[in-house]
Amino acid sequence: MEQNLLLTYLLFTPIIGSVLVLFIKQEQKNLIRWFGVLIASVAFVISLIVYFNFDASKSEFQFIHQIVWIQSLNVSYYIGVDGISLLLVLLTTFLTPLTLLSTWSSIENNLKMFTFSILFLEAGMLGVFLSLDIFLFYVFWEAMLIPMYFIIGIWGGERRIYASIKFFIFTMAGSLLMLVAIIWLAVYASQLTGKFTTNLLELYKIAPTITQQIQGWMFGAFFLSFAIKVPLFPLHTWLPDAHVEAPTAGSVILAGVLLKMGTYGLVRYCLPLFPQSAVQFAPLISVLAVIGIIYGALVSMVQTDMKKLVAYSSVSHLGFVVLGTFAMTIESVQGAVIQMVNHGLSTGALFLLVGVIYERTHRRDIAYYGGIAKIVPVYSTALLIASLSSIGLPGLNGFIGEFLILLGSFKSQVLDNWWYTVFAASGVIFAAVYLLWMYQRIVFGVVKNPDLKNHLTDFNKRELIVLIPIFVFIVWIGIYPSTFLNLTEATSQSILNHVSSFTFDFLK
Amino acid sequence: MLSIPIEYYLILSAFMFIVGVTGVLIRRNAIVVFMCIELMLNAANLSLVAFSSYHGNPVGQIFVFFVMTVAAAEATVGLAIIIAIFRNKLTVNVDEINIFKW
Amino acid sequence: MINYIYLTVLLPLIGFLINGLFGPKIKNEKVIGIIGSSTIGLAFLVTVFALFETINLPVESRSNTVELFTWLSVAGLNIKFAYLVDQLSLTMSLIVTGVGFLIHVYAIGYMHGDKGFWRFFAYLNLFIFAMMNLVLGDNFLVLFLGWEGVGLCSYLLIGFWYDRKFEKGTTSEAAKKAFVVNRIGDFGFLLGMFLIYLTFDSLNFHEVFTKAVSFPVSESTFGLIAIFLFIGATGKSAQIPLFVWLPDAMAGPTPVSALIHAATMVTAGVYMVSRAAIIFTSAPTVMMIVAVIGLLTALVAATIGLVQNDIKKVLAYSTVSQLGYMFLAAGVGAFGASIFHVMTHAFFKALLFLGAGSVIHGMHEEQNIQNYGGLKKYMPKTYITFVIAAFAIAGFPGLSGFFSKDEILWFSYANGGIIFWIIGVLTAMLTAFYMFRLVSLTFFGKERFDHHHVHPHESPLVMTIPLMILAGLSLIGGYIGIPEIFSGSHGNVFHNWLEPIYAPALAKLKIYGSHTHFEEILLMVISVALALSAIYFAYKIYTSKPHIAENISKRFKGSYNILFNKYFIDEVYEAAVVQPIQKGSEKLLWKFADTTIIDGAVNGIAKLVDRSSNIIKKLQTGVVQFYAIIMMIGIAITLLWIILSL
Repeated sequence: MEQNLLLTYLLFTPIIGSVLVLFIKQEQKNLIRWFGVLIASVAFVISLIVYFNFDASKSEFQFIHQIVWIQSLNVSYYIGVDGISLLLVLLTTFLTPLTLLSTWSSIENNLKMFTFSILFLEAGMLGVFLSLDIFLFYVFWEAMLIPMYFIIGIWGGERRIYASIKFFIFTMAGSLLMLVAIIWLAVYASQLTGKFTTNLLELYKIAPTITQQIQGWMFGAFFLSFAIKVPLFPLHTWLPDAHVEAPTAGSVILAGVLLKMGTYGLVRYCLPLFPQSAVQFAPLISVLAVIGIIYGALVSMVQTDMKKLVAYSSVSHLGFVVLGTFAMTIESVQGAVIQMVNHGLSTGALFLLVGVIYERTHRRDIAYYGGIAKIVPVYSTALLIASLSSIGLPGLNGFIGEFLILLGSFKSQVLDNWWYTVFAASGVIFAAVYLLWMYQRIVFGVVKNPDLKNHLTDFNKRELIVLIPIFVFIVWIGIYPSTFLNLTEATSQSILNHVSSFTFDFLK
Repeated sequence: MLSIPIEYYLILSAFMFIVGVTGVLIRRNAIVVFMCIELMLNAANLSLVAFSSYHGNPVGQIFVFFVMTVAAAEATVGLAIIIAIFRNKLTVNVDEINIFKW
Repeated sequence: MINYIYLTVLLPLIGFLINGLFGPKIKNEKVIGIIGSSTIGLAFLVTVFALFETINLPVESRSNTVELFTWLSVAGLNIKFAYLVDQLSLTMSLIVTGVGFLIHVYAIGYMHGDKGFWRFFAYLNLFIFAMMNLVLGDNFLVLFLGWEGVGLCSYLLIGFWYDRKFEKGTTSEAAKKAFVVNRIGDFGFLLGMFLIYLTFDSLNFHEVFTKAVSFPVSESTFGLIAIFLFIGATGKSAQIPLFVWLPDAMAGPTPVSALIHAATMVTAGVYMVSRAAIIFTSAPTVMMIVAVIGLLTALVAATIGLVQNDIKKVLAYSTVSQLGYMFLAAGVGAFGASIFHVMTHAFFKALLFLGAGSVIHGMHEEQNIQNYGGLKKYMPKTYITFVIAAFAIAGFPGLSGFFSKDEILWFSYANGGIIFWIIGVLTAMLTAFYMFRLVSLTFFGKERFDHHHVHPHESPLVMTIPLMILAGLSLIGGYIGIPEIFSGSHGNVFHNWLEPIYAPALAKLKIYGSHTHFEEILLMVISVALALSAIYFAYKIYTSKPHIAENISKRFKGSYNILFNKYFIDEVYEAAVVQPIQKGSEKLLWKFADTTIIDGAVNGIAKLVDRSSNIIKKLQTGVVQFYAIIMMIGIAITLLWIILSL
């Protein structure tokens, strides 16, 4: 088949870049920083080239590159994009240079190692989104654990060791089960076709034919791994610790992209490989998702640490995405995909803003602040826009995703029950409560703390450069989401068609 | 030559072996442990020679040469290690040499 | 001009961007004020032109859509940014831009000297932008965009003076309360929208309402849609049970109260119910609920307003009460009457609030009417316009309020029943009474303020001219809706203008019996008489014999307390809803479920591994002989096993 090297260039740019960084002398800090941003920007440019040459009307994978890797196991280096993965690739390459720019002045020691970790992490994330071979996918999935572990563990906050180990082991526990399922799947495929295969496209045809019993276990193994990553209630407790203890850049990447790997996995692997099990378990999973939405919002409300508040809000938002995925209507799946991007942007922006203020005062507790509107008006406006985007105000990006998901789940025949939507929709009330309350405690009121006047300064140019592109997209997706929805529509539709072709008992 | 039944040799060999094992497991002095290991090896040798002699097969006795050589080499190395340990820990009491304790 | 109707949305947006981005740099208040007001003024002109164009069109083609671009398109859902220019939306647009313009001009004077002058005008323009989206949108989603947008602007403007205290809390808390209570209503609105989409496969007004006539949809489905939409309306338009945010919204500057919480945003719910009239008329049970809630809200709010001492609070509860009337009208099928009342209410309530602002300004930010008295000679223009508005709201014959309120009362009798009419008239009496209590305590009687510290003065022209224009409208604005009994062959002009919009809805309405002109005139006379007597009593008591009022309040201390504390509804909500959620989330969810149970399980597994390792590690004694023993035992067991299995 036609091979296209563009994606390989995209994938290997951060890998080679990360290795090259190691050769720069430790003292040349600015060089390291610029180089990191440069490599990440090159990756972004390549992904834009892919975007402009992408045909959104086709649902098949494009820009394929396949090389046989392990002959005996029939494992190949097989990458390609379709609408959904392209969107997430763009999100990754968009956020990474911004993340590197944002930590210009906050990371001083071991800068080389840090930049290496971030670039390596980017490679891992891109690999997950691009790979079309299950084995390759697993390699990249595990590969992104290690740099994250270092980022949290070395440059993190007080309880960083606890947080990073928790993150690592929690995620790994799930992934190991997934490995078992992968091997089982490959073996099963070899029994069926006589050939051991880990090629995703072939498995799409084979896997749904597995008997219900066994398929259920496989689905469970895959699902568990992704559910931990999303994170889905009740497997979410690693997230608050990881987010709070990670440095700002780590939090932004973690919230912005890493969590999407879980939701992407659900859409790319769980649904098409095991459609019958997906439909069978959808009600249960949706219950967990709805609980996550409400629970995440309520617990957010009572947090005193800004970062923990935003972390729990992630649990709430991604509950919507999982609900949308398993409601399995075109509206809800499109909503889920766009909400993945939205969450990356809004929560990424919120973490960046928290990081800006933390860099100045080194305090994250909300009680320390109050009345900063007078001192830093531009910051207050930015925080308001980011909060409103997270709340889901119409006109900004969050609304598009939430509305589509709720509308889709209301119509869903897989769920076939309005109560999911009713409870999930109550999440919009709670989102307003916890975010506006945080906003008001930080921004409004009188300046009770005199320290604030000394330490707080408004944005400098670099921070503006980081935030403005994100806000542009927040508004763009809110007003004219067609640009992005058109990209993913063909793919979402084909996944749903695939699922419904194996599960005749429900219509779209 | 008086013909001694093979059982006598085997019982003697077993007895020597058991004494050797017990000594290895129980004695505290490392050198004594090595002596008991030699005892065990010699018990095996005895057994080998006895069988070889009674079946008229020289292979057993040739094997004994190998065993003796290996025993000598092993004793040499072992004693060298004990001397090195003694230089560091000033004791050859195996109960006290527990650096690999958890 | 109809095709350029989007200008009415675009111009305020441009005003917002200019004032918002460059406001701090433009040092001149006049420039900012002119930019802010002229965008709205121009929008008003565009609307007027569009109105004349529409009038010149034949009745069947008075509904036109102007499409901009596709907003959201997924499978069957195709939402465009498109604006519907028809009789209803034009009426609402005129109100919004017209009254909005006057309030903008007024604000130039009122907010003079405020550090956030530019911010105020930016927010006001943003509000008009959102409100125009709301009234002009041709589908539920654009309406919802405007709906939430006005909620946002309300939040920003209520909390405008963000470092000030307000009653027991802060202005920001009042703002948050408004937003959150609105959101509770929005939750219902969203569910209504989902159900509409599920039933009719579209969110476009035209498509949905056409299908609503012909599709075989069950009454219960219509009922469910209607009740969800109505929940949204109770949030935005401050009806029972979600009205608690409106009195707190008085924390914002008075022009905000006038514009948002009197004339425009709060009427969004009425507009929405009117727009979706056919859905409501297809569900008679819900219509009854709407009417009853409207009526109860009107009554309850009026009773609370009777005893309040803050001038803005009285007006706030009055607004809630009048909104109740509008819903009462909608609930009995008199949608035209409810929109008529929206219009007249916009005139006199905006005037009342702006007048109150003028008084507050002149009295150096004093808002307690117990410290007013005899102000009529210090602020003649404010006094005259205020009194005109008071007469209008009380239903003095000939003024605008009379016509609209009377029409509502008549329809509540004709379509609803005598009970509705009785309670409606009772509330009208209370309205007249508390209004003139307010007027008397403020402008008549003894002066109760300290002359040495307070020097009341009239407001500048930039503030009094809008007052006078609004007074004029309050005087003559009603004649456009003269009922048939007076206008004879002309019919009710306003009614006829809006009639094509409601025709399909009214066709589904079951109206029983017919009533005579005689009944109409009789009821009108009775209600006018009662209102006039209430005015007279209020004037007499509060001007010359205030001790009567004091004695009554002392005699009925319990009732007085309940009314003064607004039936303790905020306290009830706090105890029954807010505190349980707050405390529950903190103690039960976070501390217990998350930290103790889930995290406990996670950490527990780690501890388990830890403890078992601690036990197992004891095997590594480091003593070689111990290892040798273990080996021996192992060999022995293996040998035994082999020998036994042979």
